[in-house]
Parts: sequence; structure tokens; C-alpha cells
Amino acid sequence: MNRFDYVRAQTVAEAVSAASEPGAAYLAAGTNLLDLMKGGVTRPNRLVDVTHLPDLDRIERLPDGGFRVGALVRNSDLAYDPTFAKAYPSVAEALLSGASAQLRNAATVAGNLMQRTRCPYFYDPASACNKREPGAGCEARGGETRLHAILGWSEHCIATHPSDFCVSLVALDAEVEIAGHEGTRKVSLDAFHRLPGDAPQHESVLTPGELIVALHLPAASAAFADHSRYMKIRDRTSYAFAVVSAAASLRLDHGRIVEGRLALGGVALKPWRAREAEVVLAGAEISETLFRQAADAALVAAKPSGDNAFKIELARRLIVRTLARAAAGTPARMPALPASAFASEKDTLHA
Amino acid sequence: MGQHDSLTVSLRVNGEPHDIALDDPRVTLLDLLRERLGLTGSKKGCDRGQCGACTVLVDGRRVNSCLSLAISLDGSEITTIEGLAQGDTLHPVQAAFIAHDGFQCGFCTPGQIMSAVGLIREGHAGDDPERVREAMSGNLCRCGAYIGITEAVLDAQARMASDRQGEAA
Repeated sequence: MNRFDYVRAQTVAEAVSAASEPGAAYLAAGTNLLDLMKGGVTRPNRLVDVTHLPDLDRIERLPDGGFRVGALVRNSDLAYDPTFAKAYPSVAEALLSGASAQLRNAATVAGNLMQRTRCPYFYDPASACNKREPGAGCEARGGETRLHAILGWSEHCIATHPSDFCVSLVALDAEVEIAGHEGTRKVSLDAFHRLPGDAPQHESVLTPGELIVALHLPAASAAFADHSRYMKIRDRTSYAFAVVSAAASLRLDHGRIVEGRLALGGVALKPWRAREAEVVLAGAEISETLFRQAADAALVAAKPSGDNAFKIELARRLIVRTLARAAAGTPARMPALPASAFASEKDTLHA
Repeated sequence: MGQHDSLTVSLRVNGEPHDIALDDPRVTLLDLLRERLGLTGSKKGCDRGQCGACTVLVDGRRVNSCLSLAISLDGSEITTIEGLAQGDTLHPVQAAFIAHDGFQCGFCTPGQIMSAVGLIREGHAGDDPERVREAMSGNLCRCGAYIGITEAVLDAQARMASDRQGEAA
């Protein structure tokens, strides 16, 4: 790990000012940042510790019924907040399917948005990576690409965003509240992360010094609470990143879908909102055929970035299963194995 | 705000207050416990948050001490494996790991036990072995003592609940 200056911010304004310098990075729990620094993947010359900032660790229900979640709320505290989890159960399920209990106890919600890809070529300083070193090239191309992107990738970067939480959030129109030199602004989570294009080093719309201070979930998205699931295929049942994942939320009226939401994880460098599938779902009657059509629509633009064509078919089947489980209803209690596509549940559709 | 030239971190570790001068902000909580305070019960397995051998409680919550920057935890209360037993009387989770053969080589055991103590405090697993296994997935055991570990967690949890009922009666 390189040497760095440690600055503990007491106010958001101090933090923004201290982190505007080139080479500065924000430190919250550090569960991803310290790992990256130990491996020499990132080498910030200044860490601005935001964990002592006041008032950023609150989960607030707003007068309009929506939620404002402070940036420093720990993943586990949000997942187990009974009021929040009742309103947005797929978000709680996604959170509990990610990482381990120890990491969820430390990691913050803003840190979850800011975590870096787990592409092994990004993690290996001996490999060329355009994200780590712009213009260096991408050694993942033609390499071991089993877990790489099938949507939205470019020849410059085929990495994926590793978050589960973000997938469930983007399906529910979450917004990010950001503090900067000019005050605060709000950006939809869908617009927050960037696709790689020819500049994969730019991962989000944050400008130097800008700090996430809260996440917002709209009141209207709680209307999906009775039919919301997150499902995740991974190489082991717990404590593994998604190979592919899906968040599905439905609003039903007598067997007909009034409105459907679908997002995918593990497929692109951002949480992938599948709006083409939502068009197919809107107003349609629930059936396996419909779910297959929605899955096909979600994956029209999918193409393998290497030896990972299997992920397209895996995603197709996972979408069908997740929609079927969402249609069957949100479980009364969090499943013992959150987001497991293999746990036996009633109404399982073997797609 | 201060650009900290000399850094001091104040922690309560197993009930004892410590003010520790750090010449470098890079010190993790794990290294501070092991190298500065001589508390070598917490183990450095992977040092990357993957194995759980370094698990301790920070303000009562289980975390990976290898991924925690000590200076950032200024003002926190830390509990390590050394702080569990009361004199010669083992903590119920320690006793249950022995009773159920919850280990073989023992390297992961302090982390397993601290994680189990955190799990029982969190109170989300109930008496369901599947939920216990899921909630212990951040602790690897290369000897494969998982069956004994799950039994130990469930047994300790039940004993601690009945002890509390006994105290309340």
C-alpha cells in the first residue's frame, strides 16, 4: 500500500474541498478501497475520511412516503430496517445476497455504488487495463472472460459492475443525491454509472470532489412491494459475485401486469435497466410465454465479449424465473438463502 | 479538519482504554491489534476480507479487521477473542465450539467464534441451520469443520437464550 495523507472531514463542505485535489479519494468503510490499495490497484495520495460526518447515517421516511437513505448507512442496517424492507423488499433481498455478514456490517450504501469492478485484469497491476491506466489496452479481451459483460461493453473495456444492491435500486427508479462545490444535485441511478465507451476510466458522473450524501427511493416504487424479487446466479450459494442476476418488480391487477420493472446485474459495467422488457410486460397477462418474450426483449442487444455466450442464455432463463417468482409474490419472510435461484419455492417455473 | 501529522487513535479494546500513536495512517485494525497491542488471537489469513479469520466486534458488530483502517475507527469499542472469557470461564460460544468439535487446526477459530457472537447478537438466524450457514459464509474453514461449527452456533445461541430467561426469572 502506498503512503497517503489522512484527512478527517468534519463537514460535507470540508470533505468536498479536501477531495477536490488530484489523487484524493474518499474513505468510508474502506472494504473495497483498502483491498484495492493493498494490491496496488489504486494509489490515492490522500484519503478523506467521511465516516465521522454527522447525519449521513439516517434512514428517513419522507412526508411523501419515499425514503432518503444517508450515504453512510451500513448495508446490513438498511436490509434489516423493517419499514424500508417492507416497502422495497427486492432491495433488502439484493443487499443480503451480497458479500458476507461482516462486510455488510461495515460497507456503506454509497460505497456500494462506488465499488470497482472485480475484473481480474483490473485487479492485476501486471495486466494492461484501460480503466486502471487509460490507453494501456485491455488484456481481458481474448483472456479469461467467463464473468465479463454481454451488454453495453466496448473494445476498450468488457468489465461488469459487481453490485447487487444497485440492480434492485435501478429497477425502482432510485436517485443519487450528490454534494459538490455548487451545492447538491440529484441524478437518477440509471444515469449515475457510465458505460465504458472509449473512456472506461470514467466510471460515474461524479466530478472531482463530489460526494454522494444520500440515496432516494420514490414513494411510487413501494407500489411493487407485493411482487418484487432479486435472483442471483453465482458460483457458490453465498458470498460470491453474480454471474448474472435479475431484479423484477410487478404491479398486478387480477392476473394482469399493470406495470413491470426489470434490471440485470453481472452483465454490463452498470446496473442494467431492461426497459425493452418492461414495454413487453406492461398491460399483459401473466404467462410463461410472456416472461420468455420479456427476456428475449431484454437481451436483443446482448453479445458475448469473449467465451461468455452462455451468460446470454443464463440471463434469459434467470429473467423468466425471477419474473415468475415476483408474480408468485414477495415471500412473507426473507428466504434463508436470499436471492438463491435454486432454493425450492412453490410456483417455481423451471425455465 | 486536520492534516494529521502525528496521528493518535483512541480505542477501547476488551474494555481497556488505549490511546495509540500511529506514525503511519496505513495501519489496519488487525495489524494494530496484533502488532501494537499484542493481541494475536485475531488471525491474518487472506488480509483481503475473504476468509473471516480476522473477525472482531466493532461497537458490537462483527467486521473484518483487515479491511478497517484503525485511524478511522477513532472512538470505537473493540472486542476480540481475548475479551470473551470471564477469567477461566469460557464464553458460551467458546464452550460450544469445544463441545461440538467446531474446529480442527484452529486457525480460523477466533474469527469463527467472533462471527458467531456477532451473528447471535444480530438475531436474524433463529434456530434454522440454513440461516446460520448463510450468516457464517464470511468465515472459511479449510479443515471443513462446518458441521460442528453450525451445531456449536445453534447450541450456544440456545444456551444463551435460556441463561437470559433464567436470569430474568
